[in-house]
Amino acid sequence: MTETGVAPEAVEASGRGGWAMFLRNKAAVVGLIVFTGIVLMNLFGPTLYGVDSDAMVARPFSGPGEGTAPLLGTDYLGRDVLAGVLGGGRTTLVVGAVAAAMSISIGLVIGSLAGFYGRWVDSMFMRLTELFQTLPTLLFAMVLLTLMGPSSRTVALSIGLVSWPAAARLTRAEFLKIRELEYVKASRAIGAGDLRIMLRTILPNAMPPLIVATALTVGLAILFEAGISFLGLGDNRVVSWGSMIGKNQGFILEAWWTVTFPGIAIFLTVLSISMMGDGIQDAFNPKLRGR
Amino acid sequence: MLTLARGIGLRLVQAFGLLLAVIVLNFILIQIAPGDVALTLAGEQGSGSPEFLAAVRARFGLDQPLLVQLFRYVWNVLQFDLGHSYYWERPVMDLIQEKLFSTVLLAGTALAFAMTIGVILGVFTARRPESPASHGVTFLSLVGYALPVFWTAIMLLVVFVAKLDLFPIGGMEDPRFEGGTIAHIVDVAYHLVLPAFTLGVIYLAYYSRLARASMLDVLESDYIRTARAKGVDERSVVYRHALRNALIPVVTIAGLQFGALFSGAVLVETVFSWPGMGRLAYEAIIRQDTPLMMGLLIVSAALVIVANLLTDVVYRMIDPRIRVGGK
Repeated sequence: MTETGVAPEAVEASGRGGWAMFLRNKAAVVGLIVFTGIVLMNLFGPTLYGVDSDAMVARPFSGPGEGTAPLLGTDYLGRDVLAGVLGGGRTTLVVGAVAAAMSISIGLVIGSLAGFYGRWVDSMFMRLTELFQTLPTLLFAMVLLTLMGPSSRTVALSIGLVSWPAAARLTRAEFLKIRELEYVKASRAIGAGDLRIMLRTILPNAMPPLIVATALTVGLAILFEAGISFLGLGDNRVVSWGSMIGKNQGFILEAWWTVTFPGIAIFLTVLSISMMGDGIQDAFNPKLRGR
Repeated sequence: MLTLARGIGLRLVQAFGLLLAVIVLNFILIQIAPGDVALTLAGEQGSGSPEFLAAVRARFGLDQPLLVQLFRYVWNVLQFDLGHSYYWERPVMDLIQEKLFSTVLLAGTALAFAMTIGVILGVFTARRPESPASHGVTFLSLVGYALPVFWTAIMLLVVFVAKLDLFPIGGMEDPRFEGGTIAHIVDVAYHLVLPAFTLGVIYLAYYSRLARASMLDVLESDYIRTARAKGVDERSVVYRHALRNALIPVVTIAGLQFGALFSGAVLVETVFSWPGMGRLAYEAIIRQDTPLMMGLLIVSAALVIVANLLTDVVYRMIDPRIRVGGK
């Protein structure tokens, strides 16, 4: 422990104490349960329900509970809305997770190098971050998608490529703060190299805000993916919550349910992730509770 | 005053550098795009007649070395020559100019709405942090953040247009409209309500939370304790001493959010048929109109840079401690 130079408080917070604090936060627990439920629904729902989300099962625009119509009604092609809602988050969740992982990784590398080395490394990386922050993310991602062609892979790639600046700024700020602390100096005094200090001394202590930022980033990436699918710029062969809304939006005056339920699914997914993020924040940093 | 002017001058130079970087990045994107650069610039499909492509090649100097091409591209863009839209068969700059005002109007209204209400809610709840209203605002900000903006837009259409028939279904003005200037402004404002509200809700969630946290921080600080100890009355402590300092992070973030506002505008404008740059971008991408898309990226980035500059000026005026060179 002393060798890695990790401050004792940080270990406490990220260990058992943190988990207990998380569990004491009711909103966070509700978020965890809802999110787990949504993941399970997407994993097993389509198989258990057994209806193909692409198949025509009843008269188009059958309302929920109308005669023999399926539970959540049918869309403009007579496809079962419930079948779409059950599995429509698969792409969204995977693309959101991959994109968020990319965005956090890029941000972590750029932010830690800038914060640790300072001077010209810092100004170079910060100018790059400013450049990426200047370009409106959705427009930028749309341009990247036209250049790369639409598929789930390119959607994840373009979201990751445009959304890393926030993570980079946060990481840089944490590194700037921590690198001046006593235990970093101690670590250097016993002869630790740059990489070791960055990865084993500073990074563990910068984790709490980064984990909270990760929760926010995953939420944003999911909304981002949904927006791209809504515009019809994603992979058109897969049914996703966003694309269901996009394809049915022309018929909302006749059939509100085709758009309402997929939207609730997206909303609950992002809400549950944010609630967990809040819980993590409280667990790590009780002083900031409720802010 | 002199340092203020110098500080702003320095920021102007930085802003110009940033704009150049945006243009260079665009150039790189066009270069690495698969396929013929002339075709990319001309629009991916159609209009591929040899004469037209030759004209494009000549204008962008595609037969020249890459560095010459880059300088030519930057030079063209700085003179507001963003190329030719393949679909509309018109200069990209003209198309964007026509839509610029409506997008700035929409984004500006949304931002003003979100900031005003957000700060009021934040300050109001920060005074009683454990009250139910305060927790309510925290929860509402989570809800606002999690709402997919395009879905909110459609739901508002269902409720306020389809069911209640209170607002127009879309567009920026009534096409059959006849009347004077004042009546015209009222008509546009009427069309603006739902789109601006939709776009503003996400940021309202954000600002109320930010203002609340910032206000809580400031209220705990030493100088507020001092002010209270001196016997300054509570209203004056909150509104004169604390609010001014609590606004600084809100203004800073607002400047950074302008780009995000554009992204939201693409979705909101698409749903409400608002004739702005966002909808133009959506149409451009559907029609694979690459020059228009690239032009929109440059112009929106330029607008973000201008917005950031304005924020910086406001920031310097609120916070007199900021001096050029200082952190």
